Amino acid sequence: MTFNFTVSPSFPNERISDWYIFNTWLQRQLGLPIHLELHDDFGTQRQAIAEGRVDMIHANPFDASLLVREKGFRAIARPEGSPDEMVIVVAADNPAQRIPELPAGIRLACTDDPCVNTLGRILLEPANLDTGNIQELGRETYIQVTKALLRGDADVGFLPVEAFNGLSPLVRRDLRVLVTSQIQVIHHVFLIGPALLPHAEAITRLFLSMHQTEKERAMLTALGASRWQALRQEDVEFMIDILSTLTS
Amino acid sequence: MEDMPPSPGAPAGATHVLTHADGTTRQVRVTDIETPYPLGKLIVSRTDTRGIITQCNPSFVDMSGYTADELIGQPHYILRHPDMPAAAFRDLWNSVQAGRQWNGYVKNLRKDGGHYWVYATVVPNIRDGRIVGYTSVRREPSRDRVAAAEAQYREMR
Ligand SMILES: Cc1cc2nc3c(=O)[nH]c(=O)nc-3n(C[C@H](O)[C@H](O)[C@H](O)COP(=O)(O)O)c2cc1C
Repeated sequence: MTFNFTVSPSFPNERISDWYIFNTWLQRQLGLPIHLELHDDFGTQRQAIAEGRVDMIHANPFDASLLVREKGFRAIARPEGSPDEMVIVVAADNPAQRIPELPAGIRLACTDDPCVNTLGRILLEPANLDTGNIQELGRETYIQVTKALLRGDADVGFLPVEAFNGLSPLVRRDLRVLVTSQIQVIHHVFLIGPALLPHAEAITRLFLSMHQTEKERAMLTALGASRWQALRQEDVEFMIDILSTLTS
Repeated sequence: MEDMPPSPGAPAGATHVLTHADGTTRQVRVTDIETPYPLGKLIVSRTDTRGIITQCNPSFVDMSGYTADELIGQPHYILRHPDMPAAAFRDLWNSVQAGRQWNGYVKNLRKDGGHYWVYATVVPNIRDGRIVGYTSVRREPSRDRVAAAEAQYREMR
């Protein structure tokens, strides 16, 4: 049987080939046939999960929540050095200096990333802004979110910190960060599904020693992490409890 | 709850005697000084089933004015502000003990007598179908909502 591996779609596009390289390495190390399927958006990925076509996933906290609580997935590790934080940005010449100064009716550019959007909405609450008085403009990518701000099509935008830091200095000069989330406690996790549970120990051992050779460390760096960190099931349960407080 | 007179208009550093639900009586100092909510942060704590603090994040420690050592192992009422009506916390406990989530605006007391406002959510930690503890996550409230809560709590006291 071939196992299906996927990655929550919020990672930067440049990393697509790095995930394929990682998968090739994983198959070789484990001696298991693994097929990597990268979904374009959260909708098609959720569909694959619902149909049982995911056995292994590098999941954002929201997907992890569903998979652990409802699908019997187990946490293997989390990447060290990449907390899932986001920024709320405006064009540099926007009159608002602080979140509470944002007026009702503002136009918000964002993608369909549930993590970034949930944190962003929470950070807009001090301005009494919610779905009732925000005009939401859905965009496919973070580049398009940025363009909407620069063109004046949107007033505020939600971006992952990583995506914002990846913008060219020229673009960043025309933008201003109103707030950066500092949640610290929620992050991506690597999970395996019920079909892979017999291999849990082997996979965990492999991940936790991955940073020890130079070649494998380079592979990790390409994926934006320095090493895999051990994770107890309770760590993930705690993260899910926290997440549940954010979506209410 | 037999609290001493509420703080609005009270001189800085007034003393209050709090009687907690477990019968403990404690004298606290209360000033009018509000500490602003830390930008972009969440304030997180966890308790056992009796409300004893078992875990908290750095933002929780910073805002409380205590050290982590002074907080872990203490009842969560260590943050109880005399302006908070007992009914709000009865509602909190009834909800989470029944397995439901609770949300509300809370004025918390700092060690130095000052306070900070939060919008709090408390959830039961359910493992294998059993409640093993509770987690609370607080975020920044809007000033309008704080003003409304303040007025409502004044009526309830
Ligand atoms: C997870 C959790 C978090 C809580 N956080 C607070 C808090 O931040 N401030 C507070 O005054 N009470 C908090 N409480 C409620 C306290 O346990 C207590 O009911 C409240 O302070 C009133 O105590 P008293 O009626 O005994 O004086 C929390 C309870 C739980 C379960």
